Amino acid sequence: MGRSVKKGPYVDPKLQRRITRGEGKSSPIKTWSRRSTITPEFIGLSFGVHNGRQHLKVFVTEDMVGHKLGEFAHTRVFRGHTNKKEAEKKGDAPSE
Amino acid sequence: MARVIGVDIPNNKRLEIALTYIYGVGRPTSARVCEELELDPGLKAGDLTEEQATLIANHLQKNYAVEGTLRRGIAGNISRLRDIGCYRGARHRRGLPVRGQRTRTNARTRKGPKKTVAGKKSVKGMK
Repeated sequence: MGRSVKKGPYVDPKLQRRITRGEGKSSPIKTWSRRSTITPEFIGLSFGVHNGRQHLKVFVTEDMVGHKLGEFAHTRVFRGHTNKKEAEKKGDAPSE
Repeated sequence: MARVIGVDIPNNKRLEIALTYIYGVGRPTSARVCEELELDPGLKAGDLTEEQATLIANHLQKNYAVEGTLRRGIAGNISRLRDIGCYRGARHRRGLPVRGQRTRTNARTRKGPKKTVAGKKSVKGMK
């Protein structure tokens, strides 16, 4: 279920304060608030969105409005499944 | 056979049903169109006059997104997701389910026919 329109989009108050202050134009605003919705105010600013390990740089464009910051900083690293040959070299069956 | 909007050739079914052969028109839209144009939903599609067919075509294209327009709209939405580099776009690019479904098993609609991997344990065997 979506969020009530009455409340408006959620933006972390701390993040909101930094945006209002005019940060993010020259250097990205580092944030852990992946759950914040991107509002039209965000356009043209850059953010360092935490993915659990580091802050990934996200430059916000018009198309991104309405999404959450977290959608642009992937949290998982997938390097593909081990194939048969590699698995034999390691000496064990590919584990999932 | 009657032709409504280019290639769509609904057969000799009732108008109400025949219209659903058009991409983007289901039963509710079909019923609404019949009502708006004051056409009998029970009329066989083959019995439509030339004018009636044109009337329906114009009405659909003006007031509803159907066929090409709709397809283009949907493709546009998906390409937008792909371009902005968000999670949903990445799922579309990789042909995996977009809305958080499990992929350990199932998800065959998105992933296509099963590709057997040697040495992979079955789900049953893992329990």
